[in-house]
Amino acid sequence: MSIEVRIPTILRTFTGGAKAVHGDGATLLQVIDDVEARHPGLKERLVEEQGLRRFVNVYVNDEDVRFAGGLQAPTADGDVVVVLPAVAGG
Amino acid sequence: MGPTSLTAVLKIARGHVDAMISHARADHPDEACGVIIGAAGSNQPTRLVQMINADRSPTFFRFDPAEQFRLYQEMDANDEEIVVVYHSHTTTEAYPSRTDISLAAEPQAHYVLVSTAESGKQDGPVEVRSYRILDRVVTEEEIEITE
Repeated sequence: MSIEVRIPTILRTFTGGAKAVHGDGATLLQVIDDVEARHPGLKERLVEEQGLRRFVNVYVNDEDVRFAGGLQAPTADGDVVVVLPAVAGG
Repeated sequence: MGPTSLTAVLKIARGHVDAMISHARADHPDEACGVIIGAAGSNQPTRLVQMINADRSPTFFRFDPAEQFRLYQEMDANDEEIVVVYHSHTTTEAYPSRTDISLAAEPQAHYVLVSTAESGKQDGPVEVRSYRILDRVVTEEEIEITE
């Protein structure tokens, strides 16, 4: 398992406290599905019917996936995925 | 895993409180937002970083994602974390809104609200209050100002 996925504090309840987990996949969605298999509940916090959840930012190798195909953003061995919840409010 | 210490007080430098108020006044009537960073696990706010409100709105704020990502890279490199998330309310009280509560995603942070509802951009009464927001539960805390 060759893609590192860095998990923000608020989602570490799904990873037993781990700051990073590893997965495989050719797209971000595949990686998320792969990680979900070992850490159930995580996907639902990231993905909704229309795609990536609105207040979640995801970067693959420092690039915002919203400019790289969203959940279809390509991923490969050695990539680093960073999940960052938006800081927002009203 | 929760925050390393659940304190009922925010200890913060007067300079930081003044800076948050100045920022809120400067951006009024839009909401101002920013963070105070500290060493990871220290619960000590050390350096204040004003953030762009990508929404530029009198009723919403959102950190610009690219700016937020650069901040996280910096904090990661320096073993720092967000200790305070602050933003202003420009027409309502300095209490977390339903949106604030539902979107609060930094469990270790103190959420500071500044209200410029009374005096706007002018010097005058301004409200500054601090809260913990954990699993959608809001707990107000004292602010202890250190000189």
